[in-house]
Amino acid sequence: MAINLNNSNVATRENRIGSITGYLGSLHDLASQSECGTLKGCSRCFSQSSTCLSSCALGQLSAIRDVAIIHHGPAGCSVAAAGSYYLDKVMAKKRGVTNDTVYVGTDMNENDTIFGSTEQLKKIVLEVNKRYSPKAIFVTSSCATGIIGEDIDSVVDEIKDQVNVPIVAVHCEGFKSRIWATGFDVSDHAVLQSIVKPPREGIKSNKINFKNFYESARPEIIEMFKNFDLEPTFLYCNSTVEELSHISEALATTCICGTLGNYLGNALEEKYGVPYVRSINQCGIVGFETWLREIGKVTGRSEKIEKYIKEQREIYLPKIEEVKKELKGLKAVIGMGPGYTFEVSRVLNELGIEVVWALAWHYDKKYENGDVPPSMKYLLENDIDFGTSISDQQNYEVMNVLNKYQPDLYLSRHPGSTVWAIKNGTPAVYVADEYMIFGYKHTLDFANSILDSIRNRSFEKNLAKRTKLPYTDWWYKQSVGEFLVQEKV
Amino acid sequence: MAKLLDKQRYKCALAAMQTVQAIDRAIPVLHSGPGCAQKLSDGTGSSGYFSPNIFPCTSINEKDVVFGGVKKLHSTIDNALKVIDADLYVVLTGCIPEIVGDDSGEVVSEFADAEKPVIYAPTAGFKGNNYKGHEQVIDAITDQFLEKAEARRKGFVNIWADVPYQDLYWLGNIRELENLLKEIGLTPNTIFGYGRGIENIKNIPYAEFNLLVSPWVSLKNVKKMEKKLGIPYLHYKTLPVGAFETSKFLREVGKFAKLDESKVEEVITQHEKYYYYLIERYADLFLENRVINKQFSVVADAQYALGITKFLTNDLGLVPAKQFIVDDTPKEYREDIAAEFKNLNYGLEAEAVFETDSYKIHEAIKEHDYHGYPLVLGGYYDKEITEDLKGNFLNISWPVRDKVVFDDFIVGYTGGIRLIEDIYTVASQRFN
Repeated sequence: MAINLNNSNVATRENRIGSITGYLGSLHDLASQSECGTLKGCSRCFSQSSTCLSSCALGQLSAIRDVAIIHHGPAGCSVAAAGSYYLDKVMAKKRGVTNDTVYVGTDMNENDTIFGSTEQLKKIVLEVNKRYSPKAIFVTSSCATGIIGEDIDSVVDEIKDQVNVPIVAVHCEGFKSRIWATGFDVSDHAVLQSIVKPPREGIKSNKINFKNFYESARPEIIEMFKNFDLEPTFLYCNSTVEELSHISEALATTCICGTLGNYLGNALEEKYGVPYVRSINQCGIVGFETWLREIGKVTGRSEKIEKYIKEQREIYLPKIEEVKKELKGLKAVIGMGPGYTFEVSRVLNELGIEVVWALAWHYDKKYENGDVPPSMKYLLENDIDFGTSISDQQNYEVMNVLNKYQPDLYLSRHPGSTVWAIKNGTPAVYVADEYMIFGYKHTLDFANSILDSIRNRSFEKNLAKRTKLPYTDWWYKQSVGEFLVQEKV
Repeated sequence: MAKLLDKQRYKCALAAMQTVQAIDRAIPVLHSGPGCAQKLSDGTGSSGYFSPNIFPCTSINEKDVVFGGVKKLHSTIDNALKVIDADLYVVLTGCIPEIVGDDSGEVVSEFADAEKPVIYAPTAGFKGNNYKGHEQVIDAITDQFLEKAEARRKGFVNIWADVPYQDLYWLGNIRELENLLKEIGLTPNTIFGYGRGIENIKNIPYAEFNLLVSPWVSLKNVKKMEKKLGIPYLHYKTLPVGAFETSKFLREVGKFAKLDESKVEEVITQHEKYYYYLIERYADLFLENRVINKQFSVVADAQYALGITKFLTNDLGLVPAKQFIVDDTPKEYREDIAAEFKNLNYGLEAEAVFETDSYKIHEAIKEHDYHGYPLVLGGYYDKEITEDLKGNFLNISWPVRDKVVFDDFIVGYTGGIRLIEDIYTVASQRFN
């Protein structure tokens, strides 16, 4: 890819890497159509609400310590301020640090949609700067400001000299892309544009950039990397602006989720020559070992890594084999972002659980470097296939699938979807924490959690017996793809 | 004009989807961007029969911005009727369709003959906050769904209090208000929460009167109902919390409804007896603790700021410091509401500050001399500052992170006791 850090606008995933949100078929068909370039996404003539890309973009940026987010728009857009305030406080407390990041709105009203409010926006940015002296400022847009053409780039240019910290315009209008993960790219772009500096001369680093969400496994990863003389820098939760300014000096970049880390990883590689670790992710045994070996290769630490793998295998593999006996033959449906769907389906296969249907909330045909995502490649090479649909969290489609397949369990990674499965009477595992299947230990925990979830089905049976589902009988008789419409080219 | 919204305490008008969500078997159909519902929903207590992630939504994209989204709105409503089993479909518009000029009302009118009622409320985010959005939904029901009844029923009363979900105790409060009215011999009718719904909405026109318990929210709704449906209203501004205010409330409602005074007094006496049995037992806690001082501040919408200020002052004998009203109360109501804060026992007066910029609120709290540890009842944002000042904090207004409420309440006699329990549960965490 060619990233252009001179422009604050990032092309959407649809336009940049051909991502889609509507598809129905099988994994093999999806992959082969991606390879030969014939894959066309569908749109829908009926949809249920999903996610705004600004939540992803500003969720990432507001997790950085001591910065300011100015969300220019009506009060509903900036409502995320309440959630990020809470997260920043509790995440910092857990780490034993402080985070004084501020996230403010501009409470745009009807007059502003007619006359514009860039003058007022300038005053607001300067006032926030005066009040809190943030270490960086992100001036961001919304659907309303985007449509009326508020020029936030000019606002930033005009006041740049009055604030002595990095300041940048962030374009995150929700209508821009159906793929909320575009928001991750938007946040990476903003960080690269405003904060990241070129590597300093003569600095020798043993750091590795580790892009993740909420760093729950931070202590154990630090410990593990000590074995390899590597030091992880976790991004962006609890990152400091100072830390971010030097991520161009790292030995490599890796991430917990390809959807999350893809843009930053590729950009750092392209612009500063920091290698981006491209492998299947750390979920499960095969994933974890492949990833570690790739890190060994990229950073020249293969010997140490092989030693570590050998030790860990001895501890965990017998235990995992033991649990596998009880999981064998279970049937599962999964619904997650593509950064997890095609990784977790591999792990389920490792554990002897059959995936009967997988939903991915979107699908990136190709990653920024032009390759098919490694997780897909692995499934194809190992001849793993299952029914697949691409669906941006369309719950009615999930319910249709669950009703048709009646699996033993449903695994999902996004808030609001597991409840529906249990109302269907299907045990659900909420794979929320990004480290839930990380490495040997968590793969074992994960396998045990699945076992616990199917062992005691009391809660879902009790609830399912007493609740009525909101979908009509008519809907359950339709094909999952009833509302898909082939997009005109 | 755009303003600095620092630590915001409200959402936008489209969050009226939560008002719809609170009506059993009513579903919002959003003509908005794909993520508005997720942003505007609250993390917990939302997985009912319908949840925000299943609200039908046109999920407006770039093409719709350019070419308009009416076709998509039509197919979304049409298919929502087929896919989702609801009693009432409420189309809510977000910012985009109103800026680009989609005629959403026209599209909705095409469903006038649908099997289930489909109504429409304009709730663009830039038109106001969720308190206004709540009013828009109730107005839409009155305008598009209700007709004047030929005869109204004696003793049948619609109750309107504040905004579901924005008010964490909305469910418990409305149920307790119903209970109180029942006890004095009235028949309450409400539209929100378990066991209420479309039938209760249909019954609205038969009420003898509307009882509005709120400083300002829904005043325009009951006025509209008076005009269109001929229903008079009693506007009771103070949410009654605790014995002192609740007894006053029951007397005034009884008088308005022309109820037998002795019956009302009997109910009051019974309640007060038990209330003071509890208060007497715990009076030692109030007097002989080292951390709750007399001075307090509430940071909340007008409803809670006023209700809790009156409770803590007139019932528990505390002294109000500045009180902060954070709901962006429309200017025309402010003077009246501020006057209510000056109408307290023993000639006490509280200064009500209408402020949406929380930085200024926090500066004011820091500057005020509470004569000891401050007691602050507010939103989650006020926790850190209160703790910095070694004060006691209780999370009673949005955003709520410190508390999970299923159907608890603060209204009435029992509600007052619950609030006291919460305040002293905080206080008892420390010795001095």
